[in-house]
Amino acid sequence: MTKQIIVPFGPQHPVLPEPIHLDLVLEDERVIDAVPSIGYIHRGFEKLVEKREFTEYTYIAERTCGICSFIHGATYCQAIEQIMNIEVPERAQYLRVIWSEYSRLHSHLLWLGLFADAFGFENLFMGAWRIRERVLDVLEQTTGGRVIQGSAKIGGVRRDISGEKLDAMVKDLDILDREMKDLTTVFLEDESVKHRLRNVGILSREDAYHLGAVGPTARGSGAAFDLRMTGYGAYDRLNFQLVTDSCGDCYSRCLVRAKELFTSTDLIRQAAKKIPDGPIDVKVTGAPNGEFFMRAEQPRGELVHYVKGNGTKFLARSRIRTPTLTNIPPLVKILQGCELADVPVIVLSIDPCISCTER
Amino acid sequence: MMLPPQSITPIEVGRLVGNVERFRNEGYRLVQIGCTKVADHYEINYCFDKDYMFEVLRITVTADTEVPSITGMYWGAFIYENEMHDLFGIQVKGMNIDFKGTLIKTRVKFPFSQAAEKVATPKPAPAKAEPKKEEAP
Repeated sequence: MTKQIIVPFGPQHPVLPEPIHLDLVLEDERVIDAVPSIGYIHRGFEKLVEKREFTEYTYIAERTCGICSFIHGATYCQAIEQIMNIEVPERAQYLRVIWSEYSRLHSHLLWLGLFADAFGFENLFMGAWRIRERVLDVLEQTTGGRVIQGSAKIGGVRRDISGEKLDAMVKDLDILDREMKDLTTVFLEDESVKHRLRNVGILSREDAYHLGAVGPTARGSGAAFDLRMTGYGAYDRLNFQLVTDSCGDCYSRCLVRAKELFTSTDLIRQAAKKIPDGPIDVKVTGAPNGEFFMRAEQPRGELVHYVKGNGTKFLARSRIRTPTLTNIPPLVKILQGCELADVPVIVLSIDPCISCTER
Repeated sequence: MMLPPQSITPIEVGRLVGNVERFRNEGYRLVQIGCTKVADHYEINYCFDKDYMFEVLRITVTADTEVPSITGMYWGAFIYENEMHDLFGIQVKGMNIDFKGTLIKTRVKFPFSQAAEKVATPKPAPAKAEPKKEEAP
């Protein structure tokens, strides 16, 4: 029998931007099992609902993540709005879609850069992050913040985008599309990239579905679901196709994210064209009394904000189920049987956001 | 757009495994398991989805109740079951991967919800004394 050894991987590792630890059980260079550990930076955000009013908690919800922060804030707001029966103005719903899709562009471009870095393509990493700056500029110009936007509020949004600015943004999207096309061509066509990613870290459709994979991790394995299809916000008035692939390897997960960039720019164009004039928020009175599981599609997959109110200004419970938390069990399955040298690329391929996970 | 109201089905702990098995056989995926402390008991919500149909099973337990694991049907449920053990002290029986309270590494030992109440709030650091001005020679 081959001798088994355990190699600790993380929580500090050159390719891991955030702390997750894996105990890799190896036989020679092959991973037999992987035992994950999280919780190094658990912040206890959910407990803060007892000390912050439900209106203030929007800011806390938004700080769950530094990448998809807007979507966290907006999803929390939608949960409260559902409980309190608040009808959000149309214009605010479209603005939420626009900022959500810019967040997705920001997240996917950031991930493409990190992924390129993980497989040793430094120049591609810099290229992806250079394009990402264009997205961050728009977020900053329209909300005032590159990382934390602070523009979601219960009953609508805090800021409006003028018609002229929307026109300029749509024009810029053409440039963004061209640059992203050049970038993604390298990711999807370059032989050395393909050689590194094809048939590495395979997750079957069956496993993806039943192990709880979400987002591009699930869609890369052919499990076709995307919460935007439920039509929350203004998504029911916009058209888009699900991006899926059936191979379930690292390349497929990369392909899904690369193609979703163009879905996002298309959704922004549609939203900018259809956005009606009108108010951007409604006055909110009273306090939530009831509960709701609000689900939304983050860049990494399905996000759940469970909110339970008791009729006071302090909520009884806020529970945030982030996509990375549910993508950890599929990751453990993917790692079983892989080569040690493939572990960094495989871990990166699920786009782990430990900041979200350690809410 | 207002979303349709959600139905939550309360069940007894003893009927949990049977109900979860039914969801598994009908092709539902596990969305999440979440725990909520309500007065002196805990509500545990098991959420499932199939073609965007959202279903919730709810059990209500006390701190002494032993909850059966559903990892036999949904292998990935270990992440939620360990989490509610570490944060709320819920005893889950039969988990496929049992971290024994070490999944969430908080400064206070598990269960976080009970231990946190016993932890004294750190006192603020004493103010530094103003440095004495040196007199001119």
